[in-house]
Amino acid sequence: MDFFNTLVFLLDSTIRVSVPLLLAALAGLYSERSGVFDIGLEGKMLAGAFAAGAAAAVSGSAWAGLAAAVLIAVFLSLVHGFASITHRGNQIVSGVAINFIAAGSTIILGQAWFSQGGRTPLLGGDARFGAIQLPFAETLSDVPIIGDLYSDLLSGHSLIAYVAFLLVPFTWWVLFRTRFGLRLRAVGENPAAVDTAGISVAWLRYRAVICTGILTGLAGTYLALSQNAGFVKDMTAGRGYIALAALIFAKWRPVPVMFACLLFGFLDAFSIRIQGTPLPLVGQLPVQFMQALPYILTVILLAGFIGRAEPPRAGGIPYVKER
Amino acid sequence: MGNAAIELIGIDKSFGLVRANRDISLKIPAGTIHGIIGENGAGKSTLMSILYGFYQADRGEILIHGEKAKIETPSDAIARGIGMVHQHFMLVHNFTVLENIILGAEGEPLLNTSIAKARAELQRLEREYGLEVDPDAIVEDLPVGLQQRVEILKALYRGAEILILDEPTGVLTPAEADHLFRILRQLKEEGKTVVLITHKLREIMAVTDNVSVMRQGALVATSKTSETTVEELAELMVGRRVLLRVEKGPAAPGDVLLSVKNLTVKDSRGVTMVDDVSFDLRTGEIVGIAGVAGNGQSELLETITGIRKAVSGTVTLDGIPIDLTGAADPSELRARGLAHVPEDRHHMGLVLPFDESENSILGYHRQEKYAKGPILDVDAIRNDAEEKIRKYDIRPPNPQLKTANFSGGNQQKIVLAREMEQDPKVLIVGQPTRGVDVGGIEFIHKRLIEMRDRGKAVLLVSVELDEIRSLSDRILVMFAGRIVGERAGDATEGELGLLMAGVDERETAA
Repeated sequence: MDFFNTLVFLLDSTIRVSVPLLLAALAGLYSERSGVFDIGLEGKMLAGAFAAGAAAAVSGSAWAGLAAAVLIAVFLSLVHGFASITHRGNQIVSGVAINFIAAGSTIILGQAWFSQGGRTPLLGGDARFGAIQLPFAETLSDVPIIGDLYSDLLSGHSLIAYVAFLLVPFTWWVLFRTRFGLRLRAVGENPAAVDTAGISVAWLRYRAVICTGILTGLAGTYLALSQNAGFVKDMTAGRGYIALAALIFAKWRPVPVMFACLLFGFLDAFSIRIQGTPLPLVGQLPVQFMQALPYILTVILLAGFIGRAEPPRAGGIPYVKER
Repeated sequence: MGNAAIELIGIDKSFGLVRANRDISLKIPAGTIHGIIGENGAGKSTLMSILYGFYQADRGEILIHGEKAKIETPSDAIARGIGMVHQHFMLVHNFTVLENIILGAEGEPLLNTSIAKARAELQRLEREYGLEVDPDAIVEDLPVGLQQRVEILKALYRGAEILILDEPTGVLTPAEADHLFRILRQLKEEGKTVVLITHKLREIMAVTDNVSVMRQGALVATSKTSETTVEELAELMVGRRVLLRVEKGPAAPGDVLLSVKNLTVKDSRGVTMVDDVSFDLRTGEIVGIAGVAGNGQSELLETITGIRKAVSGTVTLDGIPIDLTGAADPSELRARGLAHVPEDRHHMGLVLPFDESENSILGYHRQEKYAKGPILDVDAIRNDAEEKIRKYDIRPPNPQLKTANFSGGNQQKIVLAREMEQDPKVLIVGQPTRGVDVGGIEFIHKRLIEMRDRGKAVLLVSVELDEIRSLSDRILVMFAGRIVGERAGDATEGELGLLMAGVDERETAA
């Protein structure tokens, strides 16, 4: 039974750490499927987290935090869009610039506004998206196994976590069952086909990056208002890049994206769990190794096991009419 | 001229300093097939792109069915019943046929109903026009002929009354082209208006009612097709008299230079592409390899030129075998006097972002006249390039211009100049005039004959049967990887056509 409890605990933290990855990866999916590569997921998430922390601290409302996060992340997405769609700039350069701006400005503004070394004030109560108890979680908690799974594993996450997982089937549906999704996929593969079909390539791509902005804003909010109680500098800690790895790993498909994020989340949760605990046979593993594991795994799996991940064909290439 | 489906009045369009269309006025009567012919860069595609709303004219008016039309985007054109089949297909490679057809014309925000509706409509169109295609097939798995059919269906699905086709036969076999023409005639009978852009004179004569000729952005003539001749049209296109058939004396074949014996080649999937092929190539002759694209010609070329490995068989050059296990590198073969003009100049022949002068020595850049050790002699390269530009009439005559900015015909001349000026013993040429206009074709053909007359051996692969027949001294026909027959250079199109379709030698004899 002890093993079972450990497992439930491990899976529970897997879900918790997977949520920001999942939101960021889905965010990247919209943009990259439309042919706009986005290495700036990290920066947008970080700016979103800061905006959420700051707005929630000032207003005392988590919802105000969420709104601020989404607003700033969408704004940064539009900057990325303006550079790479309207002005056909290099998408990597624009994305990296956004990452730098977010990393620097959040600390400066945080210090200027709150004077806590770049943090935002500690939050509590309504200023956070706290745990939600699912119905009957209390009554079922004593039932063996089912109770543990339901009450400890499924129940007790923040609203944003549930939204994140619901976004997986939703994104699939949007992509494969709606007009918008059909056009989105088309513009990422062959924008000229979309253009000659009488649809604006630029407007379609702008809508895609706005979706990216909204989701990165959600991811940032989760970090600042659910996983933590406020913004801490550099709190995204490379999650934007892991999300990109998950996106490539999952070949830009929504359901595999979820599993990739859960896998990376599990590795993360596992590495925290076994810190300082020697494993049988191998002994104590260095933390750095566990942290590097998602990247190593992506490279190995992409290289050999799951075949080539073929990105959307027009990805990274600004659309210019011939001539 | 009856009532006009399309009327263009004073259309003018410039790209930077280039005036692509000069004051063009043209009436196209409804229910006819109208050909627009001209050399590459004459402004045909630009004119049609303006009609389709892809570009905006600087000046001028468009009338559709007598009504003044403001066409600013492709969706305006679609709304006016104009459809266009582009030269490079506008398809999403990993979508199904059905998804490609509804893209942009889905109707409602959810796909379920629109797909069902499209499926029914597609069946109706298929029945009506005989345009069968599997609606659930992934487009990239379809042969080009069928992909083009999808493009036509796309236009018809949107209710096109006017259909513009830009160089539609460039990618088709003769049989597929004939089928396309049957479809076009049928569309005409249904009362639709078809505009056919091409630089192939034969197609104009075969299928159009009226023809307009464009040269250097201007419309130089419009007449009834039945009242004009191929010679007259060619002269109008180029602006001078053109020899449509190359003049050549009899061949004087000498010793065997290149000998291919029992060559078998498989592709990366393990499918046999070249199957037990043997032939000899002698000095002073042009041997043509005819066949429908994809019957092993490309693989044969690539094996002989050291790009692809062979499974078995031998190839000897001047009596010395070529290593077919993959160790023979192309530069070694070049040094032994084998030059190669690849079939696809963009993919294999040129580095498009490079200067013209750089491309004109690529592959020979290690030679002493171009380089001192690892350092390129830029002046020598430029002088060399300027000489080739003069000799081959490459335009614009600027060795420092990016190669991507040359027209297709001139790019081809850059490759030909590079390979021919090395004075090789054997020249292997794939599709020498693909995408090249009439004037350029004449020039290239003359050069190839000249090579032959100087005692060189030329192996020519082309999907243009006319080209094979007018240049070759001997013709080998490939089908399904095998050489299914050999004919003299004066073989008729009919007998070659049969062989290309895989009708067996023995059957034809019987």
